[in-house]
Amino acid sequence: MTLIALLLVLVMVVAAVTALLSRSHLTAVVSTSLLSLALTLLFVLLKAPDVAMTEGVVGAGLGSLILAMALSRLALNRGED
Amino acid sequence: MSELVKRVEWTPLLFSVGLGCLLLPLFLALPFGNSPMVAGEMIQQAAQGVQGAVVDSVGAANLVTSVVLAYRGLDTLGELAILFAAATGAGMVLQSGSAALHQNTKMHKHIDSEINLGELFDSAATMLTPLLLLVGVYIILHGHLTPGGGFQGGVVVAVALFLPSWARNGGGQLSHKVISRIEGGAGASFIVIGLVALWQGDPFLTPWLAQGELGELFSAGTLPLLYLMVGLKVGAELAALLKYLAIDEQVQS
Amino acid sequence: MLGIILYSGAVALIVIGIAGLVRSTHLFRAVLALVIAESGANLLLMLAGFRLGGAVPIATEGSFPLAMVDPVPQAMVLTAIVIGVGIQALAIALLVRVKQRYGTLERSKVTAAMELELNK
Repeated sequence: MTLIALLLVLVMVVAAVTALLSRSHLTAVVSTSLLSLALTLLFVLLKAPDVAMTEGVVGAGLGSLILAMALSRLALNRGED
Repeated sequence: MSELVKRVEWTPLLFSVGLGCLLLPLFLALPFGNSPMVAGEMIQQAAQGVQGAVVDSVGAANLVTSVVLAYRGLDTLGELAILFAAATGAGMVLQSGSAALHQNTKMHKHIDSEINLGELFDSAATMLTPLLLLVGVYIILHGHLTPGGGFQGGVVVAVALFLPSWARNGGGQLSHKVISRIEGGAGASFIVIGLVALWQGDPFLTPWLAQGELGELFSAGTLPLLYLMVGLKVGAELAALLKYLAIDEQVQS
Repeated sequence: MLGIILYSGAVALIVIGIAGLVRSTHLFRAVLALVIAESGANLLLMLAGFRLGGAVPIATEGSFPLAMVDPVPQAMVLTAIVIGVGIQALAIALLVRVKQRYGTLERSKVTAAMELELNK
């Protein structure tokens, strides 16, 4: 359990840094949803299936959908701004 | 974006590192894995049927649901109000934006003009909608027995309702009137269910139907009903929000 | 050991989020930073209710397990996540308006344009 938690925390931190420093906005959005996914698995590990389900459906699913729609709405998905 | 890496402002960085150094020892001093639980202990004792438990049992197999809807029901009502405010605010901002700034459309020429997302997505969306609706309703109705509930199922229902019209014409088909009717009705029903408890002499939002057998579909009193209302309200709100976010591309192109 | 790892992860997410919030040059990245900081706060709240050896607080086959994790923080995090997405959508809506009005999302340019408008 400790190893899995360490792996997930590392994935989350790397995804967070990537989301803020990467050049492409698309990479940033994908990293943010990767962070939500790792957080979902961590919640399962912490014996909270309810919260994991919410984070998976609402955070990783709907949140990423909103961010992806924002990419096209704000015209950030082609080239640098 | 490239100057993001080059030009580093040191003061905020120093501040955040300092915040981290402050927070980390503070949290590491907390007892991990055997933290004291006061309210949780009461709720668990009531659920386990311990003699002399402080609070009454609710009869839901999922204790998180009983906390969300019974012990902290007022909190959930406040949360629904916040979600409503956020969704309404977003819709208002986006709508007034498309109406007021319609004259300088030349700024938006980069926005996609083709909304047709392809045959594959179109057919898949049509076929997925009933399945997604079924899964969403299942998640909502079993919220008091298994992980899940109104919030999660509501999101699934919202996406299921939104998907086919999004695939075809950019999300413009969803009727705003129907959505707001569903949302208002669900919110009002939630409050009415709470008020009935008040009328019976209990505190607001106390579950009041028969508790039934633990683990049955029709159990835990009004909790499944309340979660159904939460699911409808969340689903309608988020479907409207997605529609607002998607529809403007069509208007401006 | 597990506690140290998880608490460090939560604090790291909060710190990264706040740092990104105050020093991102693009407003869209500020929204992402908000999402990251919120994830860290949720994880922190979850850790407060975790109990080693505790079971999921759901009855299986008609009876509750003897040792359970605390359900109260779980319920609070559940509502916090949903509110977080609402806030995220509101922020995106505001960004759409900013983009429509000023044509850019670079923080310095938007700030300059806003100040110009205020001083007019």
